[in-house]
Formats: sequence, structure tokens, C-alpha cells
Amino acid sequence: MNLNDPIAIRVRGIVNRFGAQTVHDGVDLDVRNGEILGVVGGSGTGKSVLMRSIIGLKTPEAGEVEIFGESMLNREEDEALAIRKRWGVLFQGGALFSTLTVAENVQVPLREFYPELDQDLLDEIAAYKVVITGLPADAGPKYPSELSGGMKKRAGLARALALDPLLLFLDEPTAGLDPIGAAAFDELTLSLKKTLGLTVFLITHDLDTLYAICDRVAVLADKKVIAVGTIDELLALDHPWIQEYFNGPRGRAATAAIDRKVKIEA
Amino acid sequence: MIEFANFTDTSDGKNRRLSFSGGLTLARMGDLPKRLSAVEGAVNQIDLSEVDRVDTVGAWLIYRLGKDQNAIICGASDDTRHLIGQVAKADEPVKMRPEPLNPVLRVLQEVGDSTTTAMQTLYGLLGFFGAILIAIAGVMRHPSRFRVNAVIQRFELVGVKALGIVGLMSFLIGIVIAQQGAVQLSQFGAESLTVNLIGRITTRELGVLMTAIMVAGRSGSAFAAQIGTMKLNEEIDAMRTIGVSPIEALVLPRLLAGILMMPLLAFYAMIVTMLGGGIFCWLSLDIPPITYVQLLREVIPMTDLAVGMTKAPVFGAIIAITGCFQGMLVEGNAEEVGLKTTAAVVQAIFLVIVLDAFFAVFFTWIGWV
Repeated sequence: MNLNDPIAIRVRGIVNRFGAQTVHDGVDLDVRNGEILGVVGGSGTGKSVLMRSIIGLKTPEAGEVEIFGESMLNREEDEALAIRKRWGVLFQGGALFSTLTVAENVQVPLREFYPELDQDLLDEIAAYKVVITGLPADAGPKYPSELSGGMKKRAGLARALALDPLLLFLDEPTAGLDPIGAAAFDELTLSLKKTLGLTVFLITHDLDTLYAICDRVAVLADKKVIAVGTIDELLALDHPWIQEYFNGPRGRAATAAIDRKVKIEA
Repeated sequence: MIEFANFTDTSDGKNRRLSFSGGLTLARMGDLPKRLSAVEGAVNQIDLSEVDRVDTVGAWLIYRLGKDQNAIICGASDDTRHLIGQVAKADEPVKMRPEPLNPVLRVLQEVGDSTTTAMQTLYGLLGFFGAILIAIAGVMRHPSRFRVNAVIQRFELVGVKALGIVGLMSFLIGIVIAQQGAVQLSQFGAESLTVNLIGRITTRELGVLMTAIMVAGRSGSAFAAQIGTMKLNEEIDAMRTIGVSPIEALVLPRLLAGILMMPLLAFYAMIVTMLGGGIFCWLSLDIPPITYVQLLREVIPMTDLAVGMTKAPVFGAIIAITGCFQGMLVEGNAEEVGLKTTAAVVQAIFLVIVLDAFFAVFFTWIGWV
């Protein structure tokens, strides 16, 4: 495993089918080391399925997935485990363990991979992860059913960050958050990327997020990745879906918001 | 390869300095936290110039050491300093676990909780029963709201799909009753009474009771789990907002399936049990099938069958109602579904056996013996 590989995730020719329905037909994608890659696409284009294929929750029918130069498909379980330590995943609904408190949820991966850590240090680590992700200080002993949607997301992120991963997979992190919370989440992702040198694979529909923090954006459509690039590069392309996406009413609103922000800062 | 985290302890008389080296990351931490907490005496300087990589856990350890010892951190790269700053910002007192309770109070609280839960369950069950009656009245007034498809589907799941397992169970029980009965009765030279034993115990008690237990385990649990999961997914809430009564849409079909399928299954179970017993009698006691059937007709009064078939729909209703009721009680998390499913089966079987005792007394009282 080469952690300085310029390409953190390399996906080649992924094919995914559910019965007769083909979701992916030859998906190629590179995620560069240290970038935030936004993945967009219409509903049902298989953004989450792509993420699940990369993290090994779904074995694709064909194709190749490499993480830091290591092939991830058909690995022995214990080898895959060593690589799994390197990433954190935030699922759409948070996927917190419902029978554990927030603090215990954050400590699960730590306990699993580093059983030698003592309880005091585990508590301290969980405490600052909880604060870093913007949860209130009394959230530690709460159960997921007592949390709001936004707090669940933050707790899920705290758990995803528990092992200080190099790779972070976020599935619609800002969906269902209020604009202030969403903006705070964006800044959090950005600052984590800067301080920890994270590579982030970010599935989102949130145009503000795309404009604010993504280095590049990959567009999933027609069962393939049809384009990857900065938003400006994508806008220069003549694909109807991309044009509709970024130049539709919501796309223009997001651009206007960014322009306003730039003006105020200038 | 990055080295494991390590530190050296040097002193130049005035200043004591801890110099760290290697990777201050979770993966390269080793026993560093323990060794750090074993350091005694005041430290003035923390030197990070030999450190390769730092993650937030490493940054936290350095920050905590610096804070506890009031030491100066030097030689840190910009990134590391930034990271330590971030971690420092996150240093707030955070509650980790719920406040522990006085044990005496806890016992009291748990006794009180269980009592109120039991009372509320009873009250809720009564209310649930009422809601079912209202739904039945509603469907009677508007027959078009009756969900034929849902009911037929339940018939299949509760009745048809249970035929295999109920049949197998009944057949084996028939053999066991015949065999055990024959062994005991042969001591009195009364093997031929085995037929009486099989015929009467099956029609009066075992056919219905064993079927009820099997249906409670198969369908009562399924009802609780299905409805509980729907409750968690907010499907029940969605139904209510659309204007569909969950009692009508979910509970009534299951109740009807329970009431109608239980007698059929119970009758089937009786026949198969007698078949099993008959085969044993034929092979082991030399009672030919034709004689066996003739004997059965002589020894089983019609009232026995009536006793069994009266109980069956009641048991079916009880199993369906407890299953649906427990499913509706699910709240909060996935673990609840499991708990309520267990509760549904346990309560259903318990209630069936209690009612069976009442039925036994009642039928004796009216002279159906």
C-alpha cells in the first residue's frame, strides 16, 4: 500500500447489475490523493452503489477497484481489514448502532482495531471527536433515537473519523440539514481535509457544497462517469444533463450565492 | 515505513525536554500513551522536530501533555501546529455516559417501571381491542374498504404455508402419543385403549394447542416483526397521514387470517396426528387401519371435535391480536423489534394456555366430557 500514490482510488470498468437492470456499465474514475471529489448524478444513477462497490459492500460483476494501488476485489478478509482501517464511511442515514450511545458508537472502531487503548484515552478521543464534529457536549451519553437528523449525521461523521482515516466516504452528508448546519458541515469537511490531508469521496445533490468545497466533480449518467473536472471545466462541456444541472434555476442560485460571497469578501 | 512513536527524556539542568520521534498516529502509537502517563515530574519542553506524521490522536496526546505539564511545544511543523490548534479548540468537558443511579433507587425505579409498563400494556391491549372493533364496524358499513387481496395473502402465509410444518409436527406427535400410551397401557393389558387415547386427546386438546403454539411461533412473531419494522420506517405514520387506517389495512387481514386459518389448521393437525398414531397402531399393535378408523368413530364423541373447533378460532384471534399489538408498540430502534417479537410469542402462548384451562373447566361444566 503506497499512501503517497497520486491516485487514492482507481476504479476501472465497473459493471453492476440488479437482476436485468444494469446500473453501471464500465465506470472509470480516479480520485486524486488529497482532493475532495464530488459525485453527482440523477436519482437512481447508482452513486451510492458506486460507493458501496468501492468500499467492498457490493462486489461488482466486473471491473477493478484499487485503493492506494492495492486491488480491493477478491481480497482475503484480514488483508482487506488493514485497508479498511484507512477509511471512514458516513452513510446516508448515519447508520449509527442504535443500541449504543454516541460516545460508544465513536469508540467501536477504535476498540475493534486498537484493543490496547485504555478506557480513559478512548473517552478523551471520543470527546474531542464529538466536539470537532460540532455536536453539543451533552450528546455523548445519548442514544441515536434521541438525536435529530442533523445530529445523527454529525455523530456518524464522528464515528467515520474515529480512526483518523486517510479516505473519507460521505453519502449525502448535507441532505436534510438546515442551511447553517450544512454550511458548517462543509467547512468542517474542508478543514478536516486541510488538517488531516484527507481524501474525500463525496456524494451530494447540494450545489452549494459542490461550489464551496469540491476540488473536482464527477458526473454519473448513462451508466458511466461521463465527465470529471472542476465545475468550470464541466460547464464548458456540451452535455444536456450537465448544463441542466448547473444552469438550472437551482444551479444559477448557487452560483449567485457564491458570487455574492466573493464580493463581500473582496 | 514510518517508525513507531517514541520519545526520549533529556534534561540540561534547567529544562527537561521530551523529544518525540516516529509517527504520532493511531496505527503507530503502540504503548506510548501508557509510557507517557508514567512520566513523573515537571516537563518544560516538548520537541516534535523528529516526528514524521501526526494525526488527531497524536495531536491530542501532545496537547494534553502540554496542558498538564504547562510545557512549551517546539519544533512542530505548520500542519502539526494547526492540528494541535484544532484539537485544542475541541477540548471541552463532554459527558460520556449517563449518570449512575443509586442501586436502591434503581431497584425501586425498575419495579415501578415494570408495574406501569404492565398496566399500560393491559390498558393498551384493551384500547387496541376497541380499535379493532371500531375498524370492524367501519368495514361493515363500507364493505368496499375491505381488503380482499391482503386477506387472501395472509391466508396463504398463515395457513397454506404452514401445512408442511404443522403436518410433520402432528404426525410425529401422533406416533409419540401412540407409542408412549401403548407402553403404559400394555401394563394393564389394555393396548387397544391406545386408540381412545389418541382420538380423544387429539381432538379435545393437543391438535388445537400444538397448532396454536406453532402458529404463534410462525405467524404471531412475523406479525409483530412486520408491523414493528413498518412502525420504525414511519410507514404506519405515512398510512395515517394518507388516511388509511393501519388497523384496517394491517391488523384486520391478519386477525381474519388467524381466526379462519386456525380451525382449518387445527382440524388438519388432528387428522394427521390420528394418521401418525394409526400407523404406529398398525405396525406395532397389529390394529389394521380399517379397525382403527372404526374404533375412532366409536370412541370419539362429536362434542370432542366441537370442543377443539370452538377453541381454535379464539386462539387464532389471540395470537393475531398479540402479534399485531406488540408490533404496534415498537418504538425507537431495531432492538425493540426483536424484544417485541419475543414478547408477542411469549404472551400469545401464555394466553392460549391460560384460556385453554378456562375452556377445559367450562366444557366440563356444560357436560361435554
